[in-house]
Amino acid sequence: MRVLLVDDSKVMRNVEKGILAKLGLTDVEEAGNGAEALTKVESYQPELILLDWNMPVMDGLTFLTTIRGQGNKTPVIMVTTEAEKTRVLDAIKAGVNNYCIKPFTPETLSKCIEKTVGLVKAA
Amino acid sequence: MDARFINTFLESARTLFSTMLSAPVTFGKPHVHDRLTKYDVSGIIGLSGDVVGSVVLCLPKASALEIVSRFAGSPLEFGGSDFADAIGELVNMIAGGAKAKFEGKNVNISCPSVVVASVHQVQTPSAAACICIPCGSPLGDFAINLAIQSQGSALASHALAAAGAH
Repeated sequence: MRVLLVDDSKVMRNVEKGILAKLGLTDVEEAGNGAEALTKVESYQPELILLDWNMPVMDGLTFLTTIRGQGNKTPVIMVTTEAEKTRVLDAIKAGVNNYCIKPFTPETLSKCIEKTVGLVKAA
Repeated sequence: MDARFINTFLESARTLFSTMLSAPVTFGKPHVHDRLTKYDVSGIIGLSGDVVGSVVLCLPKASALEIVSRFAGSPLEFGGSDFADAIGELVNMIAGGAKAKFEGKNVNISCPSVVVASVHQVQTPSAAACICIPCGSPLGDFAINLAIQSQGSALASHALAAAGAH
């Protein structure tokens, strides 16, 4: 499965990459902001996207709204500190598939990924 | 400063340490920061919206190295780009986790800025008092400095200042 990690923190991307590797997901591309991620969506055709919210250049919600507006249905997990109900609702309205609040334990993110991937396989 | 604000930062820092650093954290008594204490590393996040001001994660070099290396899962070079990246992400999680619990407040956080310089000070221009929360952990001591206030209070302070009332 091709996974795109979108986060402006390289260290956080590495943490997430380690968790993905333990799940056997090693085909991973990275982007540091939403604009960069839009390019990667075109060239890499990810099957799962882990998406931060607060990033420079283009934030995660704008990225999500943009790809959904283009008809892209790739499953997206928002991995963010934005935990208020209103923000979660905004993300759901924009078309997010799952939500993982930072900070997280490896187990929490793993379960979130497995649940999302499982949903994808079942769909 | 509303004491409830301080409690949300205590809770947020505790959650960060228990989840991503696998270490406990303890807190000293929050007190008004004398603005003279110097640190080697500061991660700074601005708040805007219904609550305004700044949140600063302040660390001596030794604590910063231990904490970011635990977070990254491998040793990081002091002052390098990954080091600054990690400090920024840590303060982002502390500020983000805390502001999520500001009940009924619509608050935005800035992207973090990181200062790495031997024995520096961070001045906070906000009219709000700067509160220092001393923190201890097996990875080293550090502090969270808060200079934040509700927007209504900030507007009142600015109006008083403009009127020469203080």
